Parts: sequence; structure tokens; C-alpha cells
Amino acid sequence: MSTTLYIPGEATARALGAEAVAQAVTSEARNRQQTVRIVRNGSRGAFWLEPLLEVDTPRGRVAYGPVQAKDVGGLFSAGFLDGQPHALCLGAIADIPYLKNQERLCCARLGVVDPLSLDDYRAHGGFAGLLSALPLEPAQIVQAVTDSGLRGRGGAAFPTGIKWRTVLNAPPTAADQKYIVCNADEGDSGTFSDRLIIEGDPFSLIEGMTIAGIGVGATRGYIYLRCEYPHAHAVLQSAIATAYTNGFLGADIQGSGKAFELEIRLGAGAYICGEETSLLESIEGRRGQVRFKPPLPAISGLFGCPTVINNVITFASVPTVLERGAEFYRDFGLGRSRGTLPIQLAGNVRRGGLVEKAFGVTLRELLYDFGGGTRSGRPIRAVQVGGPLGAYWPDSKFDTPLDYEAFAQAGGMLGHGGIVVFDDTVDMAAQARYAMEFCAIESCGKCTPCRIGSTRGVEVIDRLRSGDRPALQTTLLRDLCNTLTYGSLCALGGLTPFPVLSALDHFPEDFSKPMAAAAVGS
Amino acid sequence: MSTRSPVGYPLRAEPSTDLAPEERSAVLDSVRQNRSLAGNLLPVLHGIQDRLGWVPARVVPLIAFELNLSRAEVHGVLSFYHYFLQRKPGREVIYLCRAEACQAVGAANLEAHAKRKLGADLHGTSADGRYTLEPVYCLGNCACGPSLMIGKELHAYVTPARFDELVSG
Repeated sequence: MSTTLYIPGEATARALGAEAVAQAVTSEARNRQQTVRIVRNGSRGAFWLEPLLEVDTPRGRVAYGPVQAKDVGGLFSAGFLDGQPHALCLGAIADIPYLKNQERLCCARLGVVDPLSLDDYRAHGGFAGLLSALPLEPAQIVQAVTDSGLRGRGGAAFPTGIKWRTVLNAPPTAADQKYIVCNADEGDSGTFSDRLIIEGDPFSLIEGMTIAGIGVGATRGYIYLRCEYPHAHAVLQSAIATAYTNGFLGADIQGSGKAFELEIRLGAGAYICGEETSLLESIEGRRGQVRFKPPLPAISGLFGCPTVINNVITFASVPTVLERGAEFYRDFGLGRSRGTLPIQLAGNVRRGGLVEKAFGVTLRELLYDFGGGTRSGRPIRAVQVGGPLGAYWPDSKFDTPLDYEAFAQAGGMLGHGGIVVFDDTVDMAAQARYAMEFCAIESCGKCTPCRIGSTRGVEVIDRLRSGDRPALQTTLLRDLCNTLTYGSLCALGGLTPFPVLSALDHFPEDFSKPMAAAAVGS
Repeated sequence: MSTRSPVGYPLRAEPSTDLAPEERSAVLDSVRQNRSLAGNLLPVLHGIQDRLGWVPARVVPLIAFELNLSRAEVHGVLSFYHYFLQRKPGREVIYLCRAEACQAVGAANLEAHAKRKLGADLHGTSADGRYTLEPVYCLGNCACGPSLMIGKELHAYVTPARFDELVSG
């Protein structure tokens, strides 16, 4: 009898040795004349347990991890194919507290299914949302998304239904074309949820985009994927080909007469292309320079046509809304933040990975109950939430609940849900300097505050640290940040002051110390 | 001189007939493959870099000719995107993450070590021509840093010692 084994084929698991484990399992099984079927699933996102090997047993899936190739012989001897005990055995996967205590909606299939098996996807509820959307009027689809309270998960948290309605009602252009664009340019450090969805459950993104296309009357879609994710690219290409072959993409989706074509475009290492108008420029084959708004992309977006542009997680959340109803989704969360958010624990954290929770969970619960504190074992000194443009927060802010408004009120932002943890060895002035340096490297150059202000910012912080008239430099730095905030065209220049000023406000003592050589970088 | 043109008659003389055969075919193959795509300059540049490992300035006139763009437009796009290499890299490219999540676990130290070990600065190539060191801002491996990617292979928990293993392997 053949036993089914799950060994993640996802990029982080591979970086941790999953490929060698899969090979070792194959050859060990051959030597012992045992039949195994290996499924290369996505990662469940509990990275400290990767490579996480699961065995299908009559009692459910039993987990072992982190497994290295050298452990495989021992696992066979211990009888892991029957779910027997071993030093690396973690028990039933469903009982691991880190996973058990989550509320997985858009990430429900992560690590569970074979990412490239359409049958597996459908067996786990896949395409149910699309099939219920096909007979609906476009306005009904848009209404369901509006009623769910879903807001853009890329970072700006704009209500998705309102964006879709704008595109649905947009006057037709000469080209008579509307577009769906997926922003998969996940450039924020500390974030990987888009990548995990693409590698672990790519059909959910395809399904969400197709529903959007039918909802607003767009027949073409683009996924703008960052080139730093070559493995995700391969998976997505394969999934799209499968969807075409099986009539879930193309000219006549499941016999409905409705069409949706989908294409991947690769980015080329420009952080700014995560900004929606810059991303559109890039798809059009130009430098990724931001556009003035208005017009909004919903009115005049890709190639001048009405365009829905949403993040991967936003699209991947849509099938649940259509399948289980707007009320089901809206019942998660609090205030104006409805549903769930895939949070990413990153940096110096003991149990890093993906945590999908309803809005309302506090930062402290995430950092300690899920994250288990720092990997180094030292105290947490600061966290940066929301990517490189997010604020640095000290312990006193850790009781803030995850909620777009609560974060804004506390002087931060939730962004794409990335949380980067730093222990007490961090030099916060170096982090502030890096924020300016990053803005200088990644600025598209269109507006002056961002293009030049960022370089001046690095210089001012350097002078401040060298003790050159510190009070004056501090005033200058705040003044410069004010110019960036109010004078920049987009969020890159507009939000760079967040990490800079939060570091200065919460950790002023670091700005009067000279810089360590290593922290200066290049 | 050949006078190919999309419309069948010589609007402009084809440039760059002095290109090395592999460079010329890299451009023409990539253009052919991406001809039908709307806004195809990035896919074309990716195709060229996939084939040659970089995009030499001397192929710009031919790209411009084939796509009916100005050389300035092609150069502008080529030089905007960090991923496109305008200088010939070493045999392998090491993409070293410099972003916050990796900083929190020692990326600055790793960067200093990598530069010393390879004897090359960021964007530079080791003297033996084997490795080019390129900075990258996030590889999405943020819970298991410091991270780097060699070619298309991602590596996690890269300590200086692990770096030495990787580059001496």
C-alpha cells in the first residue's frame, strides 16, 4: 500500500533543505521497498519547523520537523510511515498550537493541497466562489465584495468593493477594454504572504482575479510578479497553463460564455513598482515612474483603460466571499477592519512565519504567543510593522490591536502585514539612516522631495551622529521629513519619514552615539 | 547591410550589424518571442538577460530598431531597473539581501564579510571572475535570514561561515 507524504516545494523550505529531504525519502523508500507518494505541497508558513514533513495516516496527517536529509533513515526505522514516534515528531499537524490558533480563510489551503493539482484544489472548495459568481449579474458580485468589508491588503486598505464599482461603472474608452491587474510586487521587507499564496495555492489567485474580471467586465488580467521570486514564477506559470487547459481561463469559462485571459509580467528589481501607477507604467514597458493622480487607475489605468489593481491577498480573499457569503467574511474582524489578515512574523523572531488572524489580535500576542520572542533570545527592543515605510515601535505600543484605524491613530501603519522584530542590539539611528538610504536607492526620481530629500536625509543623520551641532541637525531632519511627507508624489517619499521619525521619537538615545562600522553599510 | 523592418521596406537601416552572433540572436530571439505582447520592452530585456546574463549597451540600438522605440527610451528603461545588469557579471550572481528583516539578524555583518571574502564591492565581481555581488531588497525569506540567492537558488540562515561554504563549493 502506498503512503502519501507531504514535503514542501516552497522556496523557504527548499532553502532549508526540503529538496535534499525529498530525494533522501525517495531513495530510502526504494531501498526499503516501500511505496510512497510524495506531494510537494506549499508551506504552512511555520518556518522554524521547515522542512516540515507530513505523513498521511488513518488518524490524519502526522508532522515531523524540522527534517534534514540525514534524519530520513532514522524516520523510516522509527516507522514514520505509520505515524510512529520519533524525536522530530510533532504529532498531528492540526494540533500544533501555532497553526491551530489561527483563523485561516485565504490561506486555508496553504500546505494542505498540492499547489498544482486542480483536483486537489476543487476537493478543498476551490472554484466554488467562481462557480457561484458565474450566473450572477456583475453588480451583484461587486455588491458582495462591498458588503464583505474587504479592504485592499497591499497596504493602503482602500475598500475593494468601491474600487470595483468604480471600474464597473467607468465610461468605456475608445479601446473598449478594462483590465484586472494583480500587484504581486511584494517588495516590503518582512513580507512573504503573496509568495506563499502563489507557491502554495496559486489557483486561489487565479480564481479571485477571474471573479474580479467577471464582476467589472474586464476580459484581460495581468499579474505583475517580482523577479526576486523565480520559484513562485514557475509555479504560477504552470497553474495558469492548467487553468487554461481546464477551461477556468480563456474565451469561455466553464461554458458561461464569459472570457478572461491572464498573463504574468515580471518586474525587474524596482521597489517603486509596487506603487500602483508605477506598476502600470512598468507593464506598459516604461520606466517605473509614478503617475499623478487623478485620474485614478479605476478610471484611466493600464493602457489608459479602467483598471482594477489589487494585491495578491485581496484577490485570494475574494473566492471565500463569493463562496460563503459577505456576512461570513464580515463577521471576522472589528471596527472598519473586517475579515482576516495574513500577518508575517519576520526578522529576529523565534517562531517566524505566517499567522492569519481576524483583525483585533494585538501585536504583543503575535510577538510572544505566536512568535515566542526573539531568535537570539534577547529582549525585543523594536518592531517595524508595515514594511520599510512603516514606523518603528517600542514595547509601549505592543498592545495596539491589529486594525487599520488603531494603527494609524497610534502613529503607525499595518501595510501588508509584515512585522520585523529587532532585539536590543539594534542601532535605531542606523535603521533611520537606512530608511533614507533605501528611499534614495529606490526613488523613481519624479518628485524632488523624494529624489533629493532622501540623500540629504542620509547626510543630516550622519552629521547628527558625528555630534555636529545636534540640535540644529535634529530640527533640520524634522523639517526635511515634513517636506517629504507633504511634498512627495507617492507613498515612497511620503512615508519614509515614518521609520525615520519614529526611530528618532522613540529611541532618541541612539542618535547621539557614533555609528558602529558594520552598521554603515556601503 | 541588411534592411529588415517590420513593415517590409527599409524605413531605417538596421543598426548593430557588427554585434557578436550570440548577442544578435539573443536580441532577435527575445523580440520574436515577445513580439505580440503589449508593452513588451521589459519581457524583451528579461529575455536578453536570460540568454546573455546581462544587457550590453551595444545591443540597445538593435532593440530600439526592432521595437520601433528610440534608443533613449530603451536606455531609460534598461538603466531604471536594478535587475538588468549593464556590466558583464561573473559566472554567477550572488543576490545579497540588505533589507530590514535580514538586518535584524546580521545582514550588515554578512555584507561586510562577503565583500572581504570576494574582494569586491556591491555590484562588483571577484578577481577570479566567478562571482558578482548584487544587493537585493528582500527575497521574501524574511523569517529565516540572513538570506541570499545564487542564480535562482535561495539560501537561508547564511552566516559568514555558511557564505564561505557556498562560495567555495
